Amino acid sequence: MTAPRVERPGLFYPKLPATWWLRNANYFRFMLRELSSVFIALFLVVFLVQLHRLSQGPGAYAAYLETLRAPGWIIFHVVALAFALYHSVTWFNLTGVVQVVRLGERQVPPRLVAGASFALWAVVSVVLLWFLLRG
Amino acid sequence: MTEETMTLEVTRYRPGHDREPRTQSFTVPYRTDWVVLDALNHIKDRIDGTLSYRWSCRMGVCGSCGMMVNGVPKLTCAAFLRDYRPGPIRVEPLANFPVIRDLVIALDDFMEKLRRVKPWIIRAVEKPVSDGEYLQTPAQLDAYKQFSMCINCMLCYAACPVYGLEPAFLGPAAIALAYRYNLDSRDEGYRLREPVLSEAVGVWECTFVGECSVVCPKGVDPAAAIQRSKLAGATDWLLSMIMPWAGRR
Amino acid sequence: MPGDDGYQHDLLVIGGGGAGLRAAIAAAEESNRLSIAVLSKVYPMRSHTVSAEGGTAAVMRENDSLDTHAKDTIFGSDFLADQDVVEVFVKEAPGEVIQLEHWGCPWSRDPDGRVSVRPFGGMTVNRTLYAADKTGFHMLHALFQTSLKYEKITRYDEWFATSLLIEDGKVCGVTALNLHDGQMRPIVAKAVIMCTGGAGRIFPFTTNAAIKTGDGMALAYRAGVALKDMEFVQYHPTGLPGTGILITEAARGEGGHLKNKDGYRYLQDYGLGPPTDTPVHRKMELGPRDILSRCHIQEHQKGRTFDGPYGHYVHLDLRHLGEKLIDKNLPFVRELARNYVGIDPVHEPIPVRPVVHYMMGGISTDITGKTSLNGLYAAGEAACVSINGANRLGSNSLTELLVFGARAGRAAARHALERPALRSNPLAQLASDERRRLDQRFLRADGREKIADIREEMQKALESGCGIYRDRATMEGACQTLRKLRERFAHISLADKDAVFNTELIAALELECTLDVAETVARSALAREESRGSHTRTDFPKRDDARFLKHSLAYQTPDGPRIEYLPVTITRWPPEERKY
Ligand SMILES: Cc1cc2nc3c(=O)[nH]c(=O)nc-3n(C[C@H](O)[C@H](O)[C@H](O)COP(=O)(O)OP(=O)(O)OC[C@H]3O[C@@H](n4cnc5c(N)ncnc54)[C@H](O)[C@@H]3O)c2cc1C
Ligand code: SF4
Ligand code: FES
Repeated sequence: MTAPRVERPGLFYPKLPATWWLRNANYFRFMLRELSSVFIALFLVVFLVQLHRLSQGPGAYAAYLETLRAPGWIIFHVVALAFALYHSVTWFNLTGVVQVVRLGERQVPPRLVAGASFALWAVVSVVLLWFLLRG
Repeated sequence: MTEETMTLEVTRYRPGHDREPRTQSFTVPYRTDWVVLDALNHIKDRIDGTLSYRWSCRMGVCGSCGMMVNGVPKLTCAAFLRDYRPGPIRVEPLANFPVIRDLVIALDDFMEKLRRVKPWIIRAVEKPVSDGEYLQTPAQLDAYKQFSMCINCMLCYAACPVYGLEPAFLGPAAIALAYRYNLDSRDEGYRLREPVLSEAVGVWECTFVGECSVVCPKGVDPAAAIQRSKLAGATDWLLSMIMPWAGRR
Repeated sequence: MPGDDGYQHDLLVIGGGGAGLRAAIAAAEESNRLSIAVLSKVYPMRSHTVSAEGGTAAVMRENDSLDTHAKDTIFGSDFLADQDVVEVFVKEAPGEVIQLEHWGCPWSRDPDGRVSVRPFGGMTVNRTLYAADKTGFHMLHALFQTSLKYEKITRYDEWFATSLLIEDGKVCGVTALNLHDGQMRPIVAKAVIMCTGGAGRIFPFTTNAAIKTGDGMALAYRAGVALKDMEFVQYHPTGLPGTGILITEAARGEGGHLKNKDGYRYLQDYGLGPPTDTPVHRKMELGPRDILSRCHIQEHQKGRTFDGPYGHYVHLDLRHLGEKLIDKNLPFVRELARNYVGIDPVHEPIPVRPVVHYMMGGISTDITGKTSLNGLYAAGEAACVSINGANRLGSNSLTELLVFGARAGRAAARHALERPALRSNPLAQLASDERRRLDQRFLRADGREKIADIREEMQKALESGCGIYRDRATMEGACQTLRKLRERFAHISLADKDAVFNTELIAALELECTLDVAETVARSALAREESRGSHTRTDFPKRDDARFLKHSLAYQTPDGPRIEYLPVTITRWPPEERKY
């Protein structure tokens, strides 16, 4: 990608240790967020397989659902959900930072912007749930 | 009466003598109104004249005295001994930078990046001085003011693991300054800075760790500048895809 | 960084502060044929200009006029400013601050979008532009960032100039030490501009940054150039006890009050009244700095100041201004007070006391920045072009950097264009001589004097001899101490013999400079037997125009400075009694 930097003699070039992300809570949270994508990706694979089984007919689908009832799978889903929530929360927190909203002369405080995003998220989730559970 | 003291564990590195940095301990008097920099000055004046570090204004505005204090990037002229009681305090050169000697890091890389983002007012046509100032309302000033507060202290680079892993990354302060000029109502240089910002090692290299804004002593919030530059770049790109004919800003 | 062809330029600016950067840009705009270099012992944006808080003066509004600005400046200088220079200064000031606006300086604004102006000490109208209370910071960064666009400007960052190269009575560059590798090199140039700033560090208690050690003044002085009006040292009335960190005059411009330990606005007892709620130009807290600092001392003598671990102090009360105004126009004051004395000015008064702030004197130059030495120019606090006379008005200095930085840049550029190319061989010889001098003096020697000891004693001598109030006996004492310290300095010992980033060697070089400068201050002060502006003698309490309406010039001799005098230029404002 980029040419490696030319090291000048005499200078000491520190290397970032592999455990850098354990040094401070913020780095750790950052790593968690990066890790969350892995779980979300895994969940999507599972979900795609599920769709595939559905296309193979009710029998195959029922068998698949049965497998998913195993405790291992349930734990996986709980963990994946937790990561998805974590990812979403951090993402929505960002909206306040990224999107500057101005009302006339004044800037709307980032917290409020993030708050509004959360509210919107909650409303959409409730609507979706209602839609799903109704059926 | 015995004087209260505190111990500083200071990183030493003498090129030509040391293969890599080592640590040396010094005991200094403890004063409630002393900052870490006062302790270093005490060491230099009274204990070991060979200790090298940078400082000047001792009031948090020249940006010289950044170091790692107990692992966190700090301006040592604003880090009070009393906040690290009972010690010891670990004082190291700013992380992620090559070390010239002891606590002195090399800054050339940043200086080059600073020039690359063109941190000056760019205009198609300059207004002659005799025609007076460009009018700028307080609200237009507020729009970029925060990002103009950067003292180039490099604490944000020391906090940025992305910079640690990829030294070519433009980095928080340089991007914040580019963004500062992009936001200035007097400036028309967005188009010229955009290619630098959207390079592979520009804003997209940032994965939003956010620690740069946490350590920034001047409330610049470089992380926000980076994310907003991404948004601006992306919207811009999108617009150019949908409406290639529309003049971009 | 320079190429292999050595370190040759047409124009060399020593110092990357406000004056140096303005000079470099002016030279670059004067001609694109010039190769220009800026050499600085710290990265330019670390220069001391960065600390300036309050503002920069220029006539911007209809209710103001060039003549009033000139008159205020001359009056403030106690008639020791050269009036032709002041007239040029006030005339070119507005263009310069607008130029800086065009270069991106974020001046504070009025609702209609014009740059705002605030009141300042000794000025009769609001004419001080500001960028909240970080004016110098914003000016310096705007200048530095703008300078980056000129490819003709080469920078030598963290190089320390140790001497002027002179051949046949002409300046040909400097010798400089590169901190990064410890090498001494000749930097050859047809013209050199000294923009090395002030020398507040000759005193123990100062608002000045560590780098303000008068290096350029000393270099010029050693090359035979006179230092002008060195006895005039400005005390700022409001520094934080202990650290000396400045609380800007803008705090009073915005309406802050000075109160003694009884909560009384004591300035009214010294002819500065009557006290009013809203600030009145040139009255009470907006009186000039020299007078306010003297009032503090008298108040102390009457036993009406507070006593603290760092000596006596009074209160600067901002509480009545309210949090909103403080946060808008004085946020840095709030930050500094909170950090360094643990006080929130919104709720408590700030402890303050007079503190050494500014050198009115410096390298003697003419109105274009030229010195008596062919090829040498100077601007900024290092220079004395004579707009400040015996007392500088707050916010005139930043403007001075711009106006006279630009003037010196242009004049030096023209000089460089006319002068034939220099041969660098003999100059390389001069540089190796300089290297040898340093080696013998500092790196091989094994004396036993410590830098810190000599520095402390020098500072103490100046504080006791050349403080706010002076008299013959104490000044003579200071002169003697300084002579002795010079002898002791010859036996200095350095623990650090390394080449790379040897800050101890730099400290020794700086100490050598401060010793030179300190001596010129003490000797010039002793010779001036009158009281004028910041120079107040208890044994000669009156201004004496018959004998001393003139500039002092300090020349180096082996026995210390020789003092001569130069008449003051008076154009339209004949001297009168200075009363506020
Ligand atoms: C705390 C404070 C607040 C102030 N506020 C105001 C204000 O509000 N308004 C106002 O008008 N004035 C103010 N002043 C005064 C004003 O800031 C200074 O007079 C001015 O900034 C000096 O600028 P300069 O360019 O001459 O020097 P500096 O900014 O001091 O720069 C000197 C330069 O010279 C270089 N240098 C020095 N020696 C060497 C050497 N040997 N070799 C190489 N390089 C060298 C340094 O690296 C530096 O780059 C204030 C001063 C202080 C201390
Ligand atoms: S953005 Fe903040 S931390 Fe980074 S260099 Fe600027 S002032 Fe320092
Ligand atoms: S010494 Fe200037 S920022 Fe600390």
